[in-house]
Amino acid sequence: MFKLITTDRQNYRMKSERLFQYFLKLSGVLILMMAIGIIVTLIIGSIPTFKEFGFGFIYSPDWNPTEGRESYGALPFIIGTIVTSLLALAFTFPFAFSIALFLGEYFREGRMASILKSMIDLLAGIPSVVYGLWGFYTIKPIIVELGLNAQGFGIFTSSFVLAIMIIPYASSLSAEVINMVPSNLKEAAYSLGATRFEVVKNVIIPNAGSGIFAGFILAFGRAIGETMAVTMLIGNSNNIPTNLFDLGNTMASLIANQFGEADGLKYTSLVAMGLLLFVLTGILNLIGKMIMKKFTA
Amino acid sequence: MNISNSISQQKLKWRIFNDRLFSIVMMSLAFISALPLLSILYQLIKKGYKQIRLNFFIEVAPDTMEAMMAKVNHEIIPGGIANGIVGTLIIVGMASLIAIPLGLICGIYLSETSKGKMAGLVRFVVDMLQGVPSIVLGVIAYIWIVKPVTSGFSALAGSVALSIMMLPSIIRSTEETLKMIPSTLKEAALSLGVPYHRTIFKVLLPTGMSGIATGIILGISRIAGETAPLMLTALGSSAINLDITQPSSAIPLLVWEFYNDPNLIDLIWGASLILLLIIFLLNLGAKAIAKKWKVQY
Repeated sequence: MFKLITTDRQNYRMKSERLFQYFLKLSGVLILMMAIGIIVTLIIGSIPTFKEFGFGFIYSPDWNPTEGRESYGALPFIIGTIVTSLLALAFTFPFAFSIALFLGEYFREGRMASILKSMIDLLAGIPSVVYGLWGFYTIKPIIVELGLNAQGFGIFTSSFVLAIMIIPYASSLSAEVINMVPSNLKEAAYSLGATRFEVVKNVIIPNAGSGIFAGFILAFGRAIGETMAVTMLIGNSNNIPTNLFDLGNTMASLIANQFGEADGLKYTSLVAMGLLLFVLTGILNLIGKMIMKKFTA
Repeated sequence: MNISNSISQQKLKWRIFNDRLFSIVMMSLAFISALPLLSILYQLIKKGYKQIRLNFFIEVAPDTMEAMMAKVNHEIIPGGIANGIVGTLIIVGMASLIAIPLGLICGIYLSETSKGKMAGLVRFVVDMLQGVPSIVLGVIAYIWIVKPVTSGFSALAGSVALSIMMLPSIIRSTEETLKMIPSTLKEAALSLGVPYHRTIFKVLLPTGMSGIATGIILGISRIAGETAPLMLTALGSSAINLDITQPSSAIPLLVWEFYNDPNLIDLIWGASLILLLIIFLLNLGAKAIAKKWKVQY
């Protein structure tokens, strides 16, 4: 009698346990479906554009919404995005690398490190639109003053602000990687009489190099997707930029500017632009994460 | 002997000089990166503090004519950002309602399933979602919600966009936190005959609460300042709006509106300052929780 009851209860518990596990798994399935849904939605939404222009959409330099002569090409925006982000990455590099060394090697703890760390955290928390305002009211006048550009808008200005926005991303990952360099390697170099600079040059950079690279790739991905600050500063011209001080436009800021009033072919072309942006940032993100994973494993 | 000695002396001096120079350059570059933060804070506080009165929190944004009249008469521009504050609360609150349960459960699933194809795939997808630019999520929410569900711009669509943005960080922080809890704790509960789901909800989750809460708060602070996806979904509204199927304002949207309206432009500083304060307070809160109730084992 007693035994029967316990087996019943055990049965019940086994069932409820399995049910719970299915329940957990269901959340994973939901996330998968969401991701697939995003991709499928973007692809379906951009079909009319690719039907009309084929892959010419990607390399055509013409964005012309005039009715009757409509033609949409993403090239100016792809170039604008990549140039802006690369330039931002170049600006960021010395600063983010210094912060990473500072937090990962020179001052791992202590007051200096915690001050710098909280400042970087705050920098990461500032909304994009506030960066845009700062760029408009603080950086733009300086650029005009220096005579780099008559209006102060353009690729250079937005890259500069973008560079500051991605410092936290690039530096925090790199700091983590630098922190992971085994201390026996560093100690061996010190015991041979190496200076700290020589340890950085000959031990830390060769060991942490790929991880630092991954951190910068992830930051690059961030820069590509940034919208508001760039929209406010780049000048929003639909032509291929000819120099670094020229006006331009990025894929993200084009979507932000024109999506509201778009319909028909223009609308699907903007969705197609979203798809390109998704693919581009997705690839960069995966490369970064893959290198990172190899590093931590 | 003497000569070679002096040469090696010189070399040593050169090496030490290099080392010093490098650390000085590195430290100054690291702290220079914090200057933009100070510049942004200075600008916002200097120009924004005057606007922050009680009325700023309880009145809705003025329309252009009102602001122009006040400007002509050299009065303070009337009105405030109440519609933005309410909108942000509703949109971010709803996004949290969607993202927190799903993210928690998915995080539990990943931490409980360290191997397996399905879990690996979910991890891959979460990594990928983390890199999706916010503007693309705006496009997605537009296609998913604005067109078919609410047939017009709506707060709900904004929440959906922001919830997708928030999910990856909640999932990842939950997973990482739960993985840090030693398996002995779980085994002890299970060996006492506590059912699996109760072990998770009554033992693992409370133990990891601080880490999970920190992740959630950081996720909220990340989406609170988002502007781009809301431009395509919530659109903005000049009145306080509690109906989630109708367009709604949000603080970052108001900053963007003020920026584009020459009569209202003076209000951007107060609005940005409030937005920044909210985000910084959330960040501080997350840090305090992480520090006070650290997961220790």
